Amino acid sequence: MATETLTIGKALNTGLRRALENDPKVIIMGEDVGKLGGVFRITDGLQKDFGDQRVIDTPLAESGIIGTAVGLAIRGYRPVCEIQFDGFVYPAYDQIVSQVAKMHYRSGGRLSIPMVIRIPFGGGIGAVEHHSESPEAYFAHTAGLKVVTCSNPQDAYVMIQQAIASDDPIVFLEPKRRYWEKGQVDLEAPLADAYPLHSARVVRPGTDVTVLAYGPMVRTCLEAATAAAEDGRELEVIDLRSLSPLDLTAAYESVKRTGRAVVVHEAPSNIGLGAELAARITEECFYSLESPVLRVTGFDIPYPAARVEEEFLPDLDRVLDAVDRSFGW
Amino acid sequence: MAKGDPGGTTRSRRAAPRSRKGAAGDPALVQLLTPEGERIDSATGPDGTEYRVDFTDEEYRGLYRDLVLVRKLDAEATALQRQGELGLWASLLGQEAAQVGSGRALRTQDMAFPTYREHGVLYCRGIDPIMPLGLFRGVDQGGWDPNEFKFNMYTIVIGAQTLHATGYAMGITIDGKTGTDDGEAAIAYFGDGATSQGDVNEAFVWASVFNAPLVFFCQNNQYAISEPLERQTRVPLYQRAAGFGFPGVRVDGNDVLATYAVTRTALDNARLGQGPSLIEAYTYRMGAHTTSDDPTRYRIASEVEAWQAKDPIARVKAFLEKQKIADAGFFAEVDEQARRESVHLRERVLEMPNPEPVTMFDNVYPNGSPLLDEQRAKFSRYMESFEGSVH
Repeated sequence: MATETLTIGKALNTGLRRALENDPKVIIMGEDVGKLGGVFRITDGLQKDFGDQRVIDTPLAESGIIGTAVGLAIRGYRPVCEIQFDGFVYPAYDQIVSQVAKMHYRSGGRLSIPMVIRIPFGGGIGAVEHHSESPEAYFAHTAGLKVVTCSNPQDAYVMIQQAIASDDPIVFLEPKRRYWEKGQVDLEAPLADAYPLHSARVVRPGTDVTVLAYGPMVRTCLEAATAAAEDGRELEVIDLRSLSPLDLTAAYESVKRTGRAVVVHEAPSNIGLGAELAARITEECFYSLESPVLRVTGFDIPYPAARVEEEFLPDLDRVLDAVDRSFGW
Repeated sequence: MAKGDPGGTTRSRRAAPRSRKGAAGDPALVQLLTPEGERIDSATGPDGTEYRVDFTDEEYRGLYRDLVLVRKLDAEATALQRQGELGLWASLLGQEAAQVGSGRALRTQDMAFPTYREHGVLYCRGIDPIMPLGLFRGVDQGGWDPNEFKFNMYTIVIGAQTLHATGYAMGITIDGKTGTDDGEAAIAYFGDGATSQGDVNEAFVWASVFNAPLVFFCQNNQYAISEPLERQTRVPLYQRAAGFGFPGVRVDGNDVLATYAVTRTALDNARLGQGPSLIEAYTYRMGAHTTSDDPTRYRIASEVEAWQAKDPIARVKAFLEKQKIADAGFFAEVDEQARRESVHLRERVLEMPNPEPVTMFDNVYPNGSPLLDEQRAKFSRYMESFEGSVH
């Protein structure tokens, strides 16, 4: 297996490059994605190699990016749209929810919108307002959209290509504070043999508590698992990867063994993904549960000023605290 | 039918040759047929473009037939709604010429992006007029194939489709399908109210900077439900185009000939690679916004009467009669065809079956979803649990 050490950002860049090479209908569009290579450099060098008709610097209007991409998709293209930051997706919200998500349904299956909407999401980078949000629940709640997120370079490389190859419209959330984290990436393995896009994965086996996380929180939970192991508790960490549809097969199996579950996300708790996970686990694993499903999340406030975001974001200690509470039930 | 194509027919001039810049009372309005049915040979747009049409008698009669049929089918749909057979209907009454004129100007390869009121354009695209009635009856969301007929699904969110049209037109450019006589173009339909939407203004920006082969076709019917044009704009709408860097023209939207000429020119400019343009088809919504609306609450009868005098069909009929292009037998035959088709439409609407409830789970995702599979299965079991269930 030929592997290379890549950051998540470079893995995404390489995956996008592959997608452009493999299918002439793939088009990248967004603000500053061309010459600049995107504010996070995820599209670095792509316009230079594929031209400005395949990697398009758009005017500065998010609804326009998504709306014109709908038209390109109807024309037969596979647009990959970049929204520069999570908090800037809302001007495009109508196009995403009312057009992208519903066109296939509206047309009785005659039209498909094979679009990928890439959004760097989550906090932890010391940014100003609107640059640290976790809007996944808005999109996961919308029928017609699929929502995925990656937590490591290998998944970043594979999942972005799988998302582009899929005929479903997919919101692809990128854990922006993990962009610079490195890992081994197999660049040779054929995409067709890759782990399925909409499947969760156990990233650390354990016996005592099931911890469900995705995107930037996966690493936090793995660190918590290492710390818990020192205290003699084995956490089983599951990376959900697909937020819509959810794949909870592994989670159910795990909770039936451990009897306990903790859900971790940066987004606020109220009506969030954690609530859906808790409800489904309770319904499926009711007789196996030793304690209620607990949630470790951001608070129900607007994303706070950067100097207090460490206290806002779930971290290793808050995950361990929830584990303790689960056992204290 | 490709009207306006140079044909081999020789014929004598019907109207006294004359030319004008704009129409009487409104120097900006491109008009080729007055409300009295008087033919104007050519008209000049604000940028100096000269507009004219060159139809055979057969083609003139064809346009008249389109207008009458489109109005009759629309009236039938309104009646069906009043009788409880449709949930809602958005009538095109008064806008027949704007829709038939622009619809017939489209060539086979051109793609149209409609609102929810473009029944006349839909008819010109060769789509069975029953299709939008399925949507408004509530049996589907519109049953035609957008790619087969080059006519996208109706879009109900105001202005959203202008961006889709722009993106589609950008695709035409990327595909290298402009720059020749048989190139492709797209047309985006929207109304005066939509010009206030962000999406429409973003579409103007995009189309302009990417030089998209697109015609923005605004039917200014003077009202956005109850709000008059003055609540949307302080300048004539066609002048907005100048600020975005492409040409704009105001045409008499109740004049099928002028609408055809202006749209044909704009489409040809687009397909030749000359970029977008805006057409403001100046018209009037004679009926309610939809069957749920009551226009007597916000506009006065004398205004409606004034527009009644500019009726898009009466002027074509007057022209055909005066020029002896059609006789009483022709008009009777067209009326009979319209009656027949509307009866047929009614019969088919009444026979439309309700969809099987379980089909609501279909076509949410091209690749399906395990969540939906599970919900569908549970729903089916639930339905089967009732005594006497046929499911």
